[in-house]
Amino acid sequence: MTVKTKTKSSESDSSKRMLLYREALNEALKEEMKRDSTVFLMGEGIAERGGSYKVTVDLLKEFGPERVIDTPIAEASFVGAGVGAAITGMRPVVEILFIDFTLLTLDQVINQAAKYNFMTGGIGKVPLVLRTQGGVGNGLAAQHSQSLEAIFYHIPGLRVVMPSSPYDAKGLLKTAIRADDPVVFIEHKLLYMNEGHVPQDDYTIDFGKADIKRTGSDVTLVAWSNMVPKSLAAAEKLAQQGIDVEVVDPRTLNPLDKKTILDSVRKTEHVVIVQEAIRRGGIASDIASIIQQQAFDYLDAPIEIVAGINTPIPFNLNLEKLSVPQVNDIIEAVKRVL
Amino acid sequence: MYEKDFLKQLFHKIYTIRIFETECIKLYRQGLIRGYFHPYVGEEATAVGVCSALAEDDYIISTHRGHGHCIARGAQIDRMVAELLGKKTGYCSGLGGSMHIADVQAGNLGANGIVGGGIPIGVGAALGISIRKEKKVVAIFFSDGAANNGVFAESLNLAAIWNLPAIFLLENNHYAVSTPIEQSSRNQNLYERATGYGVHALAVDGNNVIEVFEQTKDARQMCIKGKGPVLIEAKTYRHGGHHVNDPGAYMPKDRLDYFKSKDPVTIAKKHLKEQGKMSESEIEKIEKEVETTMERAIDFAKESPELSFAEFNQMVMGY
Ligand SMILES: Cc1ncc(C[n+]2csc(CCOP(=O)(O)OP(=O)(O)O)c2C)c(N)n1
Ligand SMILES: [Mg+2]
Repeated sequence: MTVKTKTKSSESDSSKRMLLYREALNEALKEEMKRDSTVFLMGEGIAERGGSYKVTVDLLKEFGPERVIDTPIAEASFVGAGVGAAITGMRPVVEILFIDFTLLTLDQVINQAAKYNFMTGGIGKVPLVLRTQGGVGNGLAAQHSQSLEAIFYHIPGLRVVMPSSPYDAKGLLKTAIRADDPVVFIEHKLLYMNEGHVPQDDYTIDFGKADIKRTGSDVTLVAWSNMVPKSLAAAEKLAQQGIDVEVVDPRTLNPLDKKTILDSVRKTEHVVIVQEAIRRGGIASDIASIIQQQAFDYLDAPIEIVAGINTPIPFNLNLEKLSVPQVNDIIEAVKRVL
Repeated sequence: MYEKDFLKQLFHKIYTIRIFETECIKLYRQGLIRGYFHPYVGEEATAVGVCSALAEDDYIISTHRGHGHCIARGAQIDRMVAELLGKKTGYCSGLGGSMHIADVQAGNLGANGIVGGGIPIGVGAALGISIRKEKKVVAIFFSDGAANNGVFAESLNLAAIWNLPAIFLLENNHYAVSTPIEQSSRNQNLYERATGYGVHALAVDGNNVIEVFEQTKDARQMCIKGKGPVLIEAKTYRHGGHHVNDPGAYMPKDRLDYFKSKDPVTIAKKHLKEQGKMSESEIEKIEKEVETTMERAIDFAKESPELSFAEFNQMVMGY
């Protein structure tokens, strides 16, 4: 099939070492903690238990309780403590189990961490990583299924990172830890068990560099996080119908790699943006406004956005599924723009 | 001494919660219930003791471990099973599920997926009562983990300075997921925290339904007289892990055995025999009746329809 050559070979070649997304994150943490003694971890149940999604397993054994710290359920304060440790020389990686609970920490993240560098005239640095996880799972309902990246995207002074593959997860987390800005690093609960090629070496991925996950000439799909595998699945089905889809994964939303997105749109002249989050006030709308302003003349059709329905996520599984974009929704949107 | 009927009622409720949880865990293992499920097994006496001391128009507010509170407050178990199965006939039309189960009409303001999320809401309900000068109270359920969140401290202080009719019901089951309280609090008598805010506080055996009932009754009286709030720490223990998929391997066997030897079901049964003079066969009759009601509840839930996409869409249209 054409698919094999179309999808990036470095990530699908099974002769290379394969890791799960959660293992790739674990390896990034381990390597960075070895490399830099100021890196430490805080969160609920991350030490002995290794985290709800097993991202921090065995790190307690290797680095001890001073660098792998279990906290009580005190999100606002331990994130604040992360900010304080960060501005005084440490590089904390703080885990908030669900992105829904980051809402308890927003003063520290938005009023404090995001503004500290600016308010100190560019002198104070906040090398803090807030690792968290969002999106729908299997019936986790309204307070454990949200996609809230737009809240952080909206705030100047934060970096927003959303890896879709094990390879990206490792490289981006290492960059996040080394960055001097506060980074909101958003994983997806349905990606942890996905497998992909992850090199053993110490590589990093620059922020603001999109990745073309599949090359194509007819239409550009812009997608991030768990919408990337769904977009790739849609692309495969469309290939069988003779439609050649390019999938662009920005990987970091702030900074956003406008150039790669615009270049792709100028090539294909058709674009569909896919986000799991609800449509209103979402990042897709913002990307659409950038495209229409900077590549309007190239567009052959209005920009399509595939997004979640404007609703809290229902517990009922069937309704949950209908609330967020599925492969078929993406296929239909592609057909509408062509 | 207590009336036989009253003791019977207590046992009936406790046993209903036990059967509800054990049967629903089976449904979960069969894949019929999805998402998070935090069993209340081992803690039944707390919810039943508290709710039995409340008046019909009092309020309760619950937690992620909320099935017991809901039943103790008088919910119908058929509509509860239906909610857990995501059905239209459930208390929240299948939109909320286990973690968000509520029975607003019965004064159960709801479970919560956010640890500590219900505490200030309970204070607000008490504030409304106070402004309207009603003789009602709010029982605010939360556990030891939530007591370490900032909202607990802030809410307790608000209730204190406004003399609100709120009973803070701290269900100390000694764990927040796998974190034992020894690791999250220097002082493990959590009720003593309230004293610092000038709030009357005490601890009870959370596995003894009569003790919980008596203390709640007194606390309610204080609240009604304008001497609230009160904090009651009910010491209890889960019989298993944090949720259905957590084996709870970190729970020391001797501690677990100790609390199992003080099983709320056994204790309530003992009250019934010794004070209520009920025979073994009469008790078995109650048990049988509860089990049959549960079987019917499961059938009802299984046969119930789901909310259609059109109905759902209609509901969220203007959101
Ligand atoms: C604000 C928030 N932080 C973390 C969680 C994840 N979580 C769910 S239950 C739980 C433990 C709660 O412990 P406790 O308050 O003692 O209640 P228990 O489970 O013992 O009934 C945690 C950490 C959450 N739901 N909400
Ligand atoms: Mg607890």
